[in-house]
Amino acid sequence: MEVSLSGWGRYPVQRCRVYRPESLKALKEVLASKTESSYLARGLGRAYGDAALNEGGGVILQTRRNRFLGFDEAAGVVRCEAGVSLAEILDVFVPRGYFLPVTPGTKFVTVGGAIASDVHGKNHHKDGTISNFVADLDLLTADGNRMTCSPDENADLFWATVGGMGLTGVILGASLRLIPISSSYIRVDYHKARHIDEAFEMFEATDEQYQYSVAWIDCLAGGRSLGRSVLMRGNHVPAEELPEALRGRPLHTGKKRMLTVPFDFPSVTLNYTSIRAFNALYYRVSKGSPGVLVHYDPFFYPLDAVLHWNRLYGKRGFLQYQVVFPFETSREGLIALLERLARDRRSSFLAVLKRFGAEGPGLLSFPRPGYTLALDIPARDRGLFAFLRDMDEWVLKMGGRVYLTKDAELAPELFAAMYPRLERFREIKGRIDPENRFSSSMARRLRLVEGAR
Amino acid sequence: MKTAAVLGAASGIARSLAAELARDGYRLVLAGRDGEELTALAGDLRVRYGADVRVRGFDALDEASHRAFVEGCLQDAGGELDGVVLAYGYLGDQRRAERDFAEARRIIETNFTSCVSVLHLFAEYFERRRRGWMCVFSSVAGDRGRQSNYVYGSAKGGLSIYLQGLRNRLAKSGVQVLTVKPGFVDTAMTFGKEGMVLVASPEAVARGVMRALKKGRDVVYVPGFWRWIMAGVRAVPERVFKKLSL
Ligand SMILES: Cc1cc2nc3c(=O)[nH]c(=O)nc-3n(C[C@H](O)[C@H](O)[C@H](O)COP(=O)(O)OP(=O)(O)OC[C@H]3O[C@@H](n4cnc5c(N)ncnc54)[C@H](O)[C@@H]3O)c2cc1C
Ligand SMILES: NC(=O)c1ccc[n+]([C@@H]2O[C@H](COP(=O)([O-])OP(=O)(O)OC[C@H]3O[C@@H](n4cnc5c(N)ncnc54)[C@H](OP(=O)(O)O)[C@@H]3O)[C@@H](O)[C@H]2O)c1
Repeated sequence: MEVSLSGWGRYPVQRCRVYRPESLKALKEVLASKTESSYLARGLGRAYGDAALNEGGGVILQTRRNRFLGFDEAAGVVRCEAGVSLAEILDVFVPRGYFLPVTPGTKFVTVGGAIASDVHGKNHHKDGTISNFVADLDLLTADGNRMTCSPDENADLFWATVGGMGLTGVILGASLRLIPISSSYIRVDYHKARHIDEAFEMFEATDEQYQYSVAWIDCLAGGRSLGRSVLMRGNHVPAEELPEALRGRPLHTGKKRMLTVPFDFPSVTLNYTSIRAFNALYYRVSKGSPGVLVHYDPFFYPLDAVLHWNRLYGKRGFLQYQVVFPFETSREGLIALLERLARDRRSSFLAVLKRFGAEGPGLLSFPRPGYTLALDIPARDRGLFAFLRDMDEWVLKMGGRVYLTKDAELAPELFAAMYPRLERFREIKGRIDPENRFSSSMARRLRLVEGAR
Repeated sequence: MKTAAVLGAASGIARSLAAELARDGYRLVLAGRDGEELTALAGDLRVRYGADVRVRGFDALDEASHRAFVEGCLQDAGGELDGVVLAYGYLGDQRRAERDFAEARRIIETNFTSCVSVLHLFAEYFERRRRGWMCVFSSVAGDRGRQSNYVYGSAKGGLSIYLQGLRNRLAKSGVQVLTVKPGFVDTAMTFGKEGMVLVASPEAVARGVMRALKKGRDVVYVPGFWRWIMAGVRAVPERVFKKLSL
């Protein structure tokens, strides 16, 4: 079935032919039929740009391949198919006293998608990316074989697949190490930073006390207030430290109520003024006080309470821009970026600042030590791309890189310079999939895979 | 412990219905052709609901094996089976069936004759036991023949009538026979097909079926509004209906 597909940012929109096999047999048949010039697995479509698109080719939805296969209680290891969502893992395992070892800012992503992007969460400075918790994964490769990959077995393929954006094959399933918790609550300390230097100071001084750490940054504040932000950092709360009122159901999964944005908002609702109002408001309300007990759901997934919030950006959609600067250049890099954003009035609804920890072995994984900034930019004019090109060059100059799973515009030569392990990835890709049976719009745009169709 | 057998357990709707049954405390026997699929599904039900699940091979088209299969199910159930779900089915290709009798035969045999074979064997057991339930997936397509799928429709129509008779026979034994008539459901059977409207999720359909089972209903349209749609469709006089392109 040919449909118009997009990522979460709703830019770009492309025609792809979608398949949705439920059984492994049916999945293998889709691949073996060779009806399409190339195929790409897709999870819940939360990648923002064109990572989960394959224009004119086949897109294989994994959402119905969502079965738990087993749970090793003693080790806390869950085995599941790649289409299982993080939301399902939380629903099933929080009541039993387990939590996700790493989670992005939405729970509506699949395990396969999380591995293919080697996602990070608010605990990257402590725990690294999700691949640190993947005991092993099963990969369906271009020749129709199923390969088990782990840091010990087929290790090169494992490190090409985590963060590999679906280009090594279809991740069928994985074993994920969960972490034990005794309550659903996080004790969160909110700290205001008057400007970027104060934010850096706080991160450097006290980040190690918190398992989770992130800051909301007010992109519109300029001058001496540039980088004005609210740090939100916290730790899991043991059940015995909960107040009486919460002790009855220490491991509940939160309320199910959800708002939906049923239609496209006209883009004007998100123009400069409304963004400014929103940011100022947010800044005021999130002052808070230290030591607030917050349920994990609003703490980790503030946006999930509004389904389809991406429609708020109107029909033309938006881009999410996430970059990381090494520590040495973070200050210079971020200040220039924020100034440019404010000057061009492209600032976003939300900007998130976070300190990253050590780099992992994933060949195309994004995180590296330094500071990462993520923001939304409405796709309202073509000028945006020249602007982002400038920004990309700046990021590269500062020794940083752009996050592929959010990207829709990076140029191939800048990409290659940002990801020094690319050659190693290409070598493995060439071996495992010499005919490029797996490809994507992103892979072709970035020339990630030489000669890809 | 209550036990139910699910035939065609890997079907999209059956997956959801098996989850409803597991949540309701049923021990399950999952039956079908694709062992790998059934094993995955069994694992899922164990992890999510702590269910007691077994897997058993079953090919509807191999009628000679049905008696041994039903006995096997009874063994898996520890001798006491409370219910059976028949959820397998084959939509087939109407155009092909018009040209190639093998396709027509496969549609009819999967959706009708094989059901007669296996349901009679279960009926024998439930009649003796004098309680239990049989939940069988027919279709709204069986309510009226249309050019786009009348081979499938006639097989499902035959199945619906067979179930009326079976219900009549088993009523005095206190056995519930539930005919399920789904409208369009979002499964592999319909994915990517043209003309799909008012498509329901398998989860919603499973919940509807479960409610009907518990209420002791005889026939249920899921979602419920299909009852009214089909009443309308059936009311159109044949001389008008034949000219419509449906
Ligand atoms: C609100 C929001 C907040 C986010 N916050 C974060 C964050 O904090 N940290 C972070 O790291 N990311 C974050 N993300 C990005 C998101 O975690 C990733 O894009 C993730 O990959 C999406 O998973 P998905 O299941 O939706 O995959 P899709 O978007 O469908 O696909 C993403 C990529 O994974 C590949 N893929 C999917 N399934 C498979 C499979 N079974 N086998 C092989 N390849 C596969 C696709 O080919 C594609 O390249 C956020 C996204 C949103 C919308
Ligand atoms: N989906 C709809 O819109 C819809 C509408 C009305 C009625 N229905 C009916 O509802 C029931 C479930 O439908 P669904 O959409 O969930 O089906 P589905 O996902 O297409 O699955 C059909 C199942 O039937 C099994 N099957 C086919 N032939 C078989 C055989 N000879 N022996 C054993 N198993 C066999 C298949 O097994 P394999 O995996 O081994 O192939 C598959 O698991 C069917 O009876 C269908 O006719 C569906």
